[in-house]
Amino acid sequence: MTTLRVCALYPDLMNIYADRGNLAVLRARCEWRGLGFELGSSSLGDTVDPDAHDLFYIGGGQDRDQVAVAHDMVATKREALHAAADRGAVVLAVCGGYQLLGHSYELGDDELPGVGLVDLRTVREPGPRLIGNCGIEADLGTGPRVIAGFENHGGRTYLGPGERPLGTVLSGHGNNGRDRLEGVHRRNVIGTYLHGPLLPKNVWLADRLIELALGARLEPLDDTLEEAAHASARRAAGV
Amino acid sequence: MFRLARLLARLVRATSRRLGRSGGTTAPGRLMLRVSPAALGRMAADLEAGSVLVSATNGKTTTAAMTAAALERDARPVVHNRAGSNMAWGVATALLDAGCAPSQIGLFEVDEAWLPRVARELHPRLLLLLNLFRDQLDRYGELELLADRWAALTAELDGRAALVLNADDPLVADLGRDRRGVTYFGVEDDSQALPGLQHAADSKHCRNCGAPYSYDAVYLGHLGRYRCPSCGRERPRPQVAATSVHLEGMSGSRVELRTPGGRLSVRLPLPGLYNVYNAVAALATALALGVPLATAGDALERFGGAFGRVETIAIDGRRLSILLVKNPAGANEVLRTLTLEDGELDLWLALNDGIADGRDVSWIWDADFEVLAGRVRRATCSGTRAEEMALRLKYAGVDARSIAVDRDLGDSLDAAVRGAGSGKVYALPTYTALLDLRDLLARRGLAKRWSE
Repeated sequence: MTTLRVCALYPDLMNIYADRGNLAVLRARCEWRGLGFELGSSSLGDTVDPDAHDLFYIGGGQDRDQVAVAHDMVATKREALHAAADRGAVVLAVCGGYQLLGHSYELGDDELPGVGLVDLRTVREPGPRLIGNCGIEADLGTGPRVIAGFENHGGRTYLGPGERPLGTVLSGHGNNGRDRLEGVHRRNVIGTYLHGPLLPKNVWLADRLIELALGARLEPLDDTLEEAAHASARRAAGV
Repeated sequence: MFRLARLLARLVRATSRRLGRSGGTTAPGRLMLRVSPAALGRMAADLEAGSVLVSATNGKTTTAAMTAAALERDARPVVHNRAGSNMAWGVATALLDAGCAPSQIGLFEVDEAWLPRVARELHPRLLLLLNLFRDQLDRYGELELLADRWAALTAELDGRAALVLNADDPLVADLGRDRRGVTYFGVEDDSQALPGLQHAADSKHCRNCGAPYSYDAVYLGHLGRYRCPSCGRERPRPQVAATSVHLEGMSGSRVELRTPGGRLSVRLPLPGLYNVYNAVAALATALALGVPLATAGDALERFGGAFGRVETIAIDGRRLSILLVKNPAGANEVLRTLTLEDGELDLWLALNDGIADGRDVSWIWDADFEVLAGRVRRATCSGTRAEEMALRLKYAGVDARSIAVDRDLGDSLDAAVRGAGSGKVYALPTYTALLDLRDLLARRGLAKRWSE
């Protein structure tokens, strides 16, 4: 039986916006299709086997927890994550986890290290937190689609030259409130500020990530409620 | 200017009450504070017996109402923001009654983010702090930041205000360390312990040294008997404690209590362990304010419920029980209580995303709706984000064929009530959906408006 092997990174610390909703959706959509689903985890001090997982997930956390996670991830998981990404494993990093994917996150005089999977920097600039419903247009190889969600971040993220965003902002703030870009997308590594239960609001994205992780096409499901929920999130975002 | 402003505000309040508008609990206070920004402190100074502030993520309205009931049973005149309007203008609206009678005491529930500002103007004689849970991060920010602001406030008030604190919530209990005039309350009955921390549990780490707490018992969210294995900081022993709790489903609970004035047995007419916490907190506060133990116990036994928190209303020959849900910890307790009921449940869930609800509805994925799997006869989802509530239930394991969606509150409520199998429907609205539901029922003559 084909099995999706998921590794949740720091699920005990990086879970502030109900991130488990994403894992619940991945699990259900595998199981409803008769695919296996395995959920492992790796937290502070734990190592990661880059070949043992098809999809890595990291969510958002409180500031203090994010500091501990940033240092630990660089110290104990950086090489494994690079090896996994190089072989095509999916990495989905959301909110605080997204901020740790790049080179660094400057917080005043402090600087948190990142794992350097993508070329981006995050800084804390003067100005309000960027909060609200958000809609973006993204193309994950199946044509442009809308991703709707909610963002809530103090950091502003800037992509390096040549680095691709996940999508363009249709409504809301995105990476920094200026360049209308949102998230990052390099091969199968995806980062986004659309936080918490992003996949329940966009099950097409959940299915696409499963396809990319398994290298297989998925059977359609009865998505009547899922499509209504997607429409509801889009309506809230005004897109 | 102050007197004129107050007169004007009282007129606005009288008018809006006559018109039956829900805004009657905020608009007069807003006007008052706009015209006379220092009005809160000026009006509170007219309260001869001072004021008491109640704050928490969950349980403010019920606990304040229970405390008011104990004070009133002791024949003390109470000025109270009863309808739960708990930002500065809600407190200001309630304070329009200050000075109308001698020896009044003010009893105000205050929004957790507004607490420092309101406390600095009111100079309370007592602060009752119940809990801090994950809630509306788009509005309040992180829990740790809120806890920091509360810590600065309690340091400022040290020696000037008595503190009544929940010993079982590590974030709240820490506020009383090395302070004078602290009463702790808590629960001490291991038969109520959960198998472990719930998914949404926060503040699992010691604020002193950062190590994870070890729990001898978890009662609710991150509330329980905890100890830091690294620095040794532990739950303070509460002076007022529920030593034995027996939950009796929706009808209430029987509780044995230990207090400095002796032991007490009460039958609480409200369901769930969360209401036991509210009752113990109210009792500790009433005792700290000098209400006799027997009087306070009487008041708890006769307590009729606070606005929208566990109300049962007859509608078309069926019984509609209303249980507010607004964040993971509170929703988990409501769900835990519902699963104590027999048979399959008929539910009406209304998820709104108004500012007062939190615009971000992510939280429904933190609440343990999984306990409803296999227990639902029919779930009707309503509110501005009805479809997302429905989806949450589907992924919690509720059969999609038993889930109906209709964003219109009135239509969906009628459908839920008409289709109810057992004659009982449980309504789980978020805060603004509760206000809308209340207005809807009032228009049909089935319930009083909230300003009455």
